[in-house]
Amino acid sequence: MARAISPQKKWTFTILAWIVALIIFFPILWTFLTAFKTEGDAILFPPAFLPPHWTLENFFEVQTRSNYFKHFFNSVVISVGSTLIGLVIAVPAAWSMAFAPTKRTKDILMWMLSTKMMPAVGVLVPIFLIFKNLGLLDTLGGLTGILMLINLPIMVWMLYTYFREIPIDILEASRMDGASLWKEIVYVLLPMAIPGIASTLLLNVILAWNEAFWTLNLSAANAAPLTAFIASYSSPEGLFWAKLSAASTLAIAPILILGWFSQKQLVRGMTFGAVK
Amino acid sequence: MAATVNTRKLARTMLMPAVIILFIWMIVPLLLTIWYSFQNYNLLNPVNAGFAGWSNYKYFLTDPAFFQAFANTLILTLSVLAITVIGGILLGLLLDQFIYGQGIVRILVISPFFIMPTVAALVWKNMLMNPNYGIFAWIATRLGFAPVAWLETFPLLSIILIVAWQWLPFATLILLTALQSLDEEQKEAAGMDGANFASLFVYITLPHLARAITVVILIETIFLLSVFAEILVTTSGGPGYASTNIAYLIYHQALLDYDVGGASAGGVVAVILANIVAIFLVRLVGKNLDA
Repeated sequence: MARAISPQKKWTFTILAWIVALIIFFPILWTFLTAFKTEGDAILFPPAFLPPHWTLENFFEVQTRSNYFKHFFNSVVISVGSTLIGLVIAVPAAWSMAFAPTKRTKDILMWMLSTKMMPAVGVLVPIFLIFKNLGLLDTLGGLTGILMLINLPIMVWMLYTYFREIPIDILEASRMDGASLWKEIVYVLLPMAIPGIASTLLLNVILAWNEAFWTLNLSAANAAPLTAFIASYSSPEGLFWAKLSAASTLAIAPILILGWFSQKQLVRGMTFGAVK
Repeated sequence: MAATVNTRKLARTMLMPAVIILFIWMIVPLLLTIWYSFQNYNLLNPVNAGFAGWSNYKYFLTDPAFFQAFANTLILTLSVLAITVIGGILLGLLLDQFIYGQGIVRILVISPFFIMPTVAALVWKNMLMNPNYGIFAWIATRLGFAPVAWLETFPLLSIILIVAWQWLPFATLILLTALQSLDEEQKEAAGMDGANFASLFVYITLPHLARAITVVILIETIFLLSVFAEILVTTSGGPGYASTNIAYLIYHQALLDYDVGGASAGGVVAVILANIVAIFLVRLVGKNLDA
């Protein structure tokens, strides 16, 4: 039934879409290219699109001057750590609400969503003072805990929307076959739940990696993840564009690639299942 | 029967840790913020301490900086919403067409969403908006204009552009997802009845998108009300308070002026403002949960 689309129309849309897409992507492409320029070439005017002299110098400089990989490692620990701890708490909660819903399940879900609405700046003062008094400022543990808390509602919600789609009849069937609760979970439910858990993990690692309120306010030299490390380039003496670009490239490349794989999950996770 | 009672107990036990943790996380800091907001508590002036009554609120709400920050917050939020929703609809419609290399185009368009805010803001500040060496300056000279010192001359507009770039992919992705669920046959039927593109858009596409647009607006609003890192690394709220929003103003009072009481009063105000938005979002998602 589909109407035939004229080749002319196809090409018009194709060219238009590519132009728009390249404009939107340009700042990222520009960062990648500048990372391979010398500092002198980075501020050429008129700008040189491709690096006149390709160099890897900036990447080594960023590492030797500021111990880049320490901050990279901090980002990994905080984002993966907060996600894994969050999953340990969120999976059972989502599981219970999806498979044994009560009258209050919906209210609990709504309440969890509402905690996400609280602006971080509203609780900045007490969290900062609590962290200060407990010696948690600028520690990986403190940041991991905070990011776990701010992403916990999203994790519960995402998992809930996935678990709800698992057909419950399968449980009945396995129960008839005499499977124990434990076997039921390991052999029947878990395999069906793993895609949902993996998606949740992916999206939350991305969100935690890019979180830039708490990481900026609660960390200094020691536990600073990449968000805070890159922010140090905002000082006037830090204005080395090629090095800024090299540091930025390393900071965004891994998460960009993960992001490309998570487009669908992003819609579900960020809209709390309201748009499918 | 015994099995169900057991299952229920187990279900409750599984749910409790998440509920308790989130409850503590929500209630304790908020109560502390409210408590501090009624205290004279400045880390630089420990002598003047004790109950402050409403004075922190009076001070915060009558400060000219608050008015400017409030106005800036509104301008920033509404402008970015307008750009991303309108841009997102147009882009969504475009990407919904037949395009060679659609997968790659999608990836390019969605990418800015995954860039950490500090990187996005610094790349724009330096490599695009710098009046001497930036790309915008180069484009301006090519077109015969004088280069503009974006962040000094138009600080709020510059931040709006940066934040809009970060959120346009989100709006596009959500709206595109909604567009793709629009029934092809419905469109075809309307097309056969002689509906042109404009009336097709107004009477079929737009109503279908209404829900997704609402979701985009509400979720973006939650994040846009508390834009922080982009301001911190570009203008630091300046010049003066020209690009300070409420989130940045409170941060400034708390961590740069050490005024715990005043910043807490500001925090309570920010929570109230956000809650007004949140009520709508929770209702909207709640409605969907029944369906």
